[in-house]
Order: sequence, then structure tokens, then C-alpha cells
Amino acid sequence: MSHLGIVFALLGAAFAVALAGMGSASGVGVAGQAASGVVSEDPSKFVKVLILQLLPGTQGIYGLLVGFITLSKIGLLSGNPATDMSLQTGLMIFAACLPIGIVGLVSGMHQGRTAVASIGIVAKRPEQFAKSMLFPAMVETYAILALLISILAVNAIQL
Amino acid sequence: MAVLTMKKIHILGLKQDRKAILEYIQSTGTLQVDMALAENSIFKRTNTNASITHYERRSANTEQAIDILNTYVPQKTGLFDSLKGKEDISQEKFQQIIADRHAYNTLVAKIIDCGKEIETAKAGIAKYTLGIEALTPWLSMDIPINTFGTKSTSVFMGSLGPSLSVGEITGILEARLDQVPFYVEVISSDRDQTCIVAICMKKDEEVFEAALRKEGFTRSSFVSSRTPLEKKKKYEGYLKNFQETIDSVTKELEELNEQKGDLFILADYYRIRSEKYQILGNLIQSQNTFLITGYIPEKKEKEIQSHLQELYTCDVEIEEIPEDEQMPIELSNRTFFAAGEGVLTSYGLPHRGEVDPTSIMTLCYIFLFGLMLSDAAYGALIAIACFIMLKKYPKMTDSLAKSLRLFGWCGISTLIWGVLFGGYFGDIVDTVSEAYFGHKVTIKALWFVPLNNPMKLLIVSMIIGLIHLFLGLGIKGYQQLKHKDFAGFLGDVLSWFLLVIGLIMMLMPTSMFASIAQVEIKFSPSMKTASYVIALTGALLILLFAGRSQKNPLARLGLGLYGLYDVTSWLSDLLSYSRLLALGLATGVIASVVNMMAKLAAGDSPFGIIIFILIFIVGHTLNLAINLLGAYVHTCRLQYVEFFGKFYEAGGEPFTPFKENTNYIDVTRK
Repeated sequence: MSHLGIVFALLGAAFAVALAGMGSASGVGVAGQAASGVVSEDPSKFVKVLILQLLPGTQGIYGLLVGFITLSKIGLLSGNPATDMSLQTGLMIFAACLPIGIVGLVSGMHQGRTAVASIGIVAKRPEQFAKSMLFPAMVETYAILALLISILAVNAIQL
Repeated sequence: MAVLTMKKIHILGLKQDRKAILEYIQSTGTLQVDMALAENSIFKRTNTNASITHYERRSANTEQAIDILNTYVPQKTGLFDSLKGKEDISQEKFQQIIADRHAYNTLVAKIIDCGKEIETAKAGIAKYTLGIEALTPWLSMDIPINTFGTKSTSVFMGSLGPSLSVGEITGILEARLDQVPFYVEVISSDRDQTCIVAICMKKDEEVFEAALRKEGFTRSSFVSSRTPLEKKKKYEGYLKNFQETIDSVTKELEELNEQKGDLFILADYYRIRSEKYQILGNLIQSQNTFLITGYIPEKKEKEIQSHLQELYTCDVEIEEIPEDEQMPIELSNRTFFAAGEGVLTSYGLPHRGEVDPTSIMTLCYIFLFGLMLSDAAYGALIAIACFIMLKKYPKMTDSLAKSLRLFGWCGISTLIWGVLFGGYFGDIVDTVSEAYFGHKVTIKALWFVPLNNPMKLLIVSMIIGLIHLFLGLGIKGYQQLKHKDFAGFLGDVLSWFLLVIGLIMMLMPTSMFASIAQVEIKFSPSMKTASYVIALTGALLILLFAGRSQKNPLARLGLGLYGLYDVTSWLSDLLSYSRLLALGLATGVIASVVNMMAKLAAGDSPFGIIIFILIFIVGHTLNLAINLLGAYVHTCRLQYVEFFGKFYEAGGEPFTPFKENTNYIDVTRK
């Protein structure tokens, strides 16, 4: 039982990557469907809708970021894992990973829907591309805030 | 930081000169014609729709001919062809094409006919290929298709359900028919249908057919006096003819393709003409004169005025644009700052009398972009790619050149931030030196490594954010002072400077700040008092002036309180700059992950180095692409939402001069 700490820490990293990745996959997925529809009508809009499709993809990267920082924190990457980590520390790291995981999942999905709407703007009024890009970027703010807390927390925990 | 000053211009000329004058104005491309002049009892519009339609149709036909050539005589196109821009055409060449335009119209008609011929042939090929396909199951039948019987027998050709044998069919029919002689042969049978020929006596025809139909029999729909094989041969003959037509017409098109360059000129000529007639249709004309009213940049007015008055009998008057009228906006910045005009224009042009923030925004854009991407190698790659393209394709469109220049400078900024933070393809130097040279070499960061000290970068981000926001607020203040709106300056600008600075000073000596910034700041009691005084003065100013539009003192106070609520928006604006930290870290971390994967995959095998390079290239290309996108989007966001939110109203109408809007060529003038 005494070695469960690192298991929870790793579970935290897994949650951060998996949940945020799921959010992004869902968001990029729905946006991609809308983008394909636009390109089938007007291939010249490809670059614009591609950019909009990729906007919900950042949550996955943020998840990866936190996961990576966690892995390097608990020494799994350098080859000497901190196996004697206390259960308390492990749970703390787990908790630190939760914000980006959960917010990444939800915001990724919602950013995807917003991106779909923005792709609608580009389909009708391509000159409003810059504005259409802003709406999905608004959703992302909350993923960034969650990322911030996750990074600060993981970084601050003393092993 | 500038917008071109525009003047209003009125040109009254003789009707006989109207086309010449319009063509001159169109060729200079410096005058925006006001289309909304009202008609009156003397000045009327003339209908030019017939001419417009004529030239538009000619232009569309020429475009269609070019399309046909593009489709059937494909050109080798490079990846960067779209950067090449329009071709330069000399005035003589242009005039010569115009003089020969009737001959070219014939050429256009010929090309369009060729296109139609190919389309018809292709439709034919599709039709007869289908025909052959439908015949295939019947090929082994050796009687003509339209055999309906002999003197005393009836013949049925058609299909039944899938995969039936002669025995099965005979069995089914015998069960249904009583004492009716018949003969069935299966021509072919597959998963979809069974093609049969059945014969019965003429007198039994009706009963027999009814029995067949009960089994789902449908007669074949071919009509021909040939056997299926003969018919197939005939179809194949058609196919060959069609293919020959396509080949010969394509060859003809290949010969005509040599004149495609001329067609480009022709299409643009018609386009220019149709636009001229559109303007002409909007001018008001009396019996012998016509009137143009429009807007013109101040620096061009002399040139136009003297040219027109020298060559034509006309009156040119130039005046200031009246206060209550919109001024069309044309941005005018030095080459370096003009790079950001595209970003600004996507948000909106400044309205009349508003400061053009392009230059400050461009500087901020380059600064923030570099911080978000912050990798020296990526920055160098971007800068080199952008500047090479600018050099190699000098005739690319203006807006594209501006964007490339902007990203070139962003690349250089990225390079500098990368050196400050010690990022070169993430940690490639460490990885490679450790894996292949035995000892680890690290290029020291000139400032600090963000991953080792994220709190420091967070504080740096917030400070940069604060400066950015204050810049925006400062521009607002400058504008209000310029328009002598002193109450606005006190209530909207100075008050917020005081309140925000005061609040930050109150925050600095607290333990919370110390734990975040990892430095403890001690303020003397007098400093603490000062911070309270500053913050309170700011708050008081907001309370008093934010609701200054209200006459009622209570309502004014209420609005003032609501104005104080804006503190929350300042907080969220500031926090928004934490994306600088998030994106900056993301680039470096993913780059490190790529390097690590490359190292692990390469291992100790002799081919390791190749695997390493492959993973390195693919991984870093992806990372660069996704982070480039991120940096672009989020720098735009910081500019549009946080920075512009503080002062910029936009809403200006762009200056759209009457000019030669060509697609393919630029006519050079001496």
C-alpha cells in the first residue's frame, strides 16, 4: 500500500491527457464535419475552415503538457521513478491534474460546437473570418485558466 | 499611425469627353466615385445596362474558354504559383489585343465549341459504356433481340429473380401451368437476376406470360434487330469514334492553348470595360454635360486636377469632406508597420477621426507572437521562409506581401524569445549531444527556462499584459484629449490608471503575491497609504464620471457604481494573458516530447540516425504547424478582445477607388 502514491500520480497524468484529448477529439471531429461540408461547396475556403477546425485541438495539447510535466515530475521519464512517494503526495498530484482534464473535456466539446457555428460564418461571409475565429477562442480561455492552475499546482507540489 | 486625408472632388465635364475621362480616372485608380447622387430635373442617369451585360457576357465567355483550356490542356503548376501575382503587360500589347478583339472573340467561340464537343463525346461514352454493361448478361444469346416469336410460337426474353437454374424455373412453371408445353433456356445467372429466353405456343401466350409474371418476370427493354453480340460491337464502334473525337479536339485545344496568354488580357479588358459602364450608368448627366462626385486622397488631387483641366474642357472642384459625411478610409503606414494592416482590417477600419492603431498593434503583435511560439529554431525557419518568398515573388498581391512580412518579423521575434528562453527545437541540443556524443551539452537560456520556473513567466506575462492594456487605455486618453473630452479623460482613462495601479500596489506587499512571485516586497507605511489613496482617487473618479451622460444625479451615481464593476473585466483581461505562458510552454514541451520519441525510437541500431531524423522532421513540422496556428489565433485574440476592447471602435468604410480590377494582368504605364 505504501507505494500507491506514484500510481495515483500517474493516474493523474493519464486523466489529464485522456480527458482533454477526448474533448479535443470530439471538438475537432464535429468541426471537421462542418468544414467538409463547406469545402464540398467551395474548395477555396479550405484553409480558413481548416484553421477553424483546428481551434478546438489545443485542449489535447494542454492535457499533453500537464501529463508530460507530471511524468517528468515523478521521474518516470528519466528512468528513476519516485516509487517511495507517499499516498498523500500522489493524490495531490492527481488532484492537480484534474482541472485541465475536466475543463479540457467540456471546453473542447463546446469549442467544437462554436467552431461549427464559425464555419457557418465563413461559408456565408468569408470576409468575416477574423471575427469568426474569435468566438471559439473565447471558449478556450477557460481551458487556459484550468491549464494554468494545473501547471502551477503540479509544479508547486514538493516530492 | 496614419490614415490618408481624403478630399471631396467634383468634376463637371462635357458629355463627349465622358468615356475618355472615366477611362483616365480608372487607369489612375485614385478616385472613389459617389454613386448615390440624386437625379434632378436637369441631371439624369442614363441606362447602360445593355453595355454592361454585353461586356459581362464577353468576359464570362472568355473566362469559360480559359477554363476549358485549363481543364483539357493541364499546365504544370508549382506549389507557390499563387504567389507569382499578375503578369506585366505593356501598353502596346494591351492595345494590340484590344484592336484584334473580334478575331479573339471567334477564337473564344471556337474553344467553347471544342469544350461542348468534348462534353458531348464524354456523355456519349458514358451512355454506351452503360449500354454495353447492360448487354453483358445477354451476350451468349444468339438470336436477334427483337425476336417475338415465329408463326406458331411466342418468345419471351427477360429476367427473373437471382440465381435460378433451368430445372428450378421449369419446376416452378410446371407447377403453375396445366398441360402447357414450353421451353426455357437460361442465358446467364448471377446474384441480381437470371436472364432467360422462354418459348411457348402462340395460343398459350397469355397464360404462359401470366405465369411468368407471377414469378417476377420482366421483359428486357432492348430494342434492336441485332443479336446482343452484334449490338455490343456496334456500341464499341461508337465508343471508338467518341474517343477519336476527344483526342482530335484535345489536340486542337492544345494548339489553341498557345494563345491563352492573350485570352487572359482579353478577359481582363472586358472586365475593365464592364466596370466602366457600371460607373457610367451611375453618373448623372444633362444634355451636354456630366457630373462626377467622389473622394480622392489629398496627395493625388493636384495630379488629377491638372491632367483633366489640361486635356479636357471641364471644371474640377476640390473641397474638404463635410463633417457629417463618412470619410472613406485608406490606411497609410511605413512598410514595416503596414505589415499589420491585414490584421487590423480583419477587425475593422478606424472610423473618421479615430486614431489608426496599426503601428502600435503591429509592434505588440510581433512581440506577443514571439513570446507564444518562443523557439529560436522555429523562429529562424519562419523568418527565412517568409523573407525568401517575399524576395522570390515580388509581384504577389499586396495583402499577401504584408502578411508574409508580418510573419517574417514574428519569426525574428520568435527567434529572440527562443534565445532568451533557451529553446532550439525544444531541447534538441541536449538530446543529440547526450545520445550521439556521449556528454550532455546545454545551450544556456539567456534569461530563464520557462519550464523550470513557470511562475516567473506567469508574472512576466501579467506585466506584459498590463503594459499592453495600459497602451490601449493610453490611446483612448490621447483621443479624448485630442477631441477635448476632458470629463471623459478623467472618468474613463485617468481614473482607471489610478485605480489599477493603486490596486496592484495594494497587492504587492501581501503574502499571496510573495508566494506567487517568490519575492517578498516590503512597502513602507507611507507607501501603503499612498496606494490606498491612489486606488480610492481612481474609484472616486469612476464613481463621479462614468455616468456623466446622465442628468439625474442619482442615476449618474448608479451608473458610476456600475462603472466600478468593470474591475472584474480588468481582472479577466489580465488573466487572459496567462495564455502567453500556456502557449509558450506548449511549444517547448511538445518539441521535447518529439525529441524524446525520436531518441527512444532510434535506440542503438545502426539505422537509428535515419529513424531519428525522420521522426524529428515529421514531429517538428506538426508541432510548428499547430503552434503557429495557436500563436496566430491567440495573438489576434489578445489584440482584438483585450487591446482593442480598451479603445478601438472601428466601423470605417474602406476607400474603394474606381480602378482596373484585373484578374490576370497588370498593364504597365510609362
